[in-house]
Amino acid sequence: MQHAIDVHDLVKSFGDKTVVDHVSMTVDTGEIVGFLGPNGSGKTTTIRLMCGLLTADEGHGQVLGYDLRTEPLKIKREVGYMTQRFSFYEDLTIAENLAFVARLYHMKPANEHVDRTLEDLGLTTRRNQLAGTLSGGWKQRLALAACIMHKPRLLLLDEPTAGVDPKARRDFWDEIHRLAADGLTVLVSTHYMDEAERCHRISYISYGKMLASGTVAEVVRDAGLTTFVVEGPGLERMAREIEKLPGVEQVAPFGATLHVVGSDEQLLGAALEEIGSRPSVTVAHGETSLEDVFIQFMGDATDNMS
Amino acid sequence: MKRFFSLGRLGALLLKEFIQMRRDRITFAMMLGVPLMQLVLFGYAINNDPKYLPAALVTTSQDHYTRAMVSALELTDYYRFNHVVGSAAEAEALMESGAVAFIVTIPADFSRKVDRGEQAQILIEADATDPSVASGAISTLGTVASQALTRERGITPAEAEAGGGLDVVVHRRYNPEGLSQYNIVPGLLGVILQMTMVMMTSIALTREQERGTMENLLAMPASPLEIMLGKILPYFAVGAVQVAVVLTTAGLLFGIPFVGGMSLLLFAVFIFVMALVLLGYTISTIARTQMQAMQLTFFFFLPSILLSGFMFPFRGMPQWAQWIGETFPLTHFLRVIRAVMLKGADLPAVAFETGILALFILIYAAIALMRFRRTLD
Repeated sequence: MQHAIDVHDLVKSFGDKTVVDHVSMTVDTGEIVGFLGPNGSGKTTTIRLMCGLLTADEGHGQVLGYDLRTEPLKIKREVGYMTQRFSFYEDLTIAENLAFVARLYHMKPANEHVDRTLEDLGLTTRRNQLAGTLSGGWKQRLALAACIMHKPRLLLLDEPTAGVDPKARRDFWDEIHRLAADGLTVLVSTHYMDEAERCHRISYISYGKMLASGTVAEVVRDAGLTTFVVEGPGLERMAREIEKLPGVEQVAPFGATLHVVGSDEQLLGAALEEIGSRPSVTVAHGETSLEDVFIQFMGDATDNMS
Repeated sequence: MKRFFSLGRLGALLLKEFIQMRRDRITFAMMLGVPLMQLVLFGYAINNDPKYLPAALVTTSQDHYTRAMVSALELTDYYRFNHVVGSAAEAEALMESGAVAFIVTIPADFSRKVDRGEQAQILIEADATDPSVASGAISTLGTVASQALTRERGITPAEAEAGGGLDVVVHRRYNPEGLSQYNIVPGLLGVILQMTMVMMTSIALTREQERGTMENLLAMPASPLEIMLGKILPYFAVGAVQVAVVLTTAGLLFGIPFVGGMSLLLFAVFIFVMALVLLGYTISTIARTQMQAMQLTFFFFLPSILLSGFMFPFRGMPQWAQWIGETFPLTHFLRVIRAVMLKGADLPAVAFETGILALFILIYAAIALMRFRRTLD
């Protein structure tokens, strides 16, 4: 089967700063791939490279079967790109924004497409409302509707759910899965772990470098981390104590428990033995979460913010 | 007291303001550039008493009286006879196209009449579309010409007084009453169009960038040419309305004569507006914010008003300032519109200036399309 995205060794620098550093990625048709990484890690830049908004300094590949370097216009026609910031016209009404998009993509008759989209959105009654007056959740739904109006084969979403309430997020992801079931390929960047877990596969990028790729289970397994859950009185004090122990790489409070994470199971287990022997303190093996893995990745990577 | 005013808090605000000022290079350049530009322009370039104005001499004889007249007029520094023609029709064409500001006609029987002691006549026709240009030159005329003739005849002023003397006939062409509105109002059409067209289009792209809609627009399949035309054509319509308003008002309120062809005028306006909206669009490809776009527009606007011949006589400026003036579309448009509206010039007479306006279109469009970034890098 043809890959929707098949790019290799993409490099993009701004000035002397390499933002995307030999990133390769393959995404199958109909797959939902989560794109994760800390702020400033190159997620947005990578997505922009793929939809032709930026030109790569190096690298090659195909998006939807079109060459990334020579056929950016063809890619643009079949890709839907939803930007991080709401980027439709706030001083146009909902219907006017949709009509603008419909006409740009030569969708005829534009009015019918607009009406149908409004109906799907449930915004028919508010069609004449200015887009700028919509709430965050509705803006996001409008933006998504506008991005998929022209029936793209690939949907690129850049942190689509930032600042959106849980209900709207849930609806949003249901919609994404519905679209993917119909054969649409989705690449979505996010900071939310629960969203990452709703993806078929995830890719983790940090400071321009792709660090891990695979299903959530694969990524967690490959990280090779061990997690212990510590429970007991005086968690605060205990956390400071545990931090100093050999083999401990992360200590994070979760409610009434502490998650202690390390990559050397033997060393970590030995270090926690003493703590576990204290009265009314329990130390048990826990499940390593995706978040633990990401925190680990972030700690390992050298800071690139400057 | 600290509740209402604290030096510390004021200091924090001032410091922040200065830092922002320094970051915004274009604003900083404006703060230094505008006063400097004004000083230089007002100080050196602008002169309300223009000298060395091009003039045509219409004469059929080359006798010593004629030569004396010509050299006397040139000595006033107002006239520069760079065209000597044999017929009035040739001189007429020169004035219509704006190549000369004066036509001095010395009749064939001039020297005969002077020798006989009869009253001799010379005719001076001035292009009075800009009354201030002609006034200085005309006011010195009578005395200088008479004195020169008296000297040449070798008689005393008293004798000359008694004899036939010299009759200098002055015609203020196109604007016999010397009304400055005749000059200003057609020019205003150019200035108004320039102000609105350039300013409106200069924020065209920067607004999309500031609101974050540019990213979306670029991700959709629109070509740079489509985006450019989509941005400028609406303002074209605005320009058309302005032209209609200004021309109607010029006729109704100011009674500006309109002796030329309407279609030729509209053709010239069309080309001028096209150049303006493209200039504005070019600015918007350079500026990063709407604020910067406005400042760049203003930066362009100021010298173009001062140096185009709108406010001050073009020929009164030193050569370097005239060269700068030539680089503004407004300068060329003013020549065309004044020629067409006031002098009734036809297409051949304004073809050259119109051609230059068209050249601006090509230059601006090329720059804009080159500067436009189809991508975000």
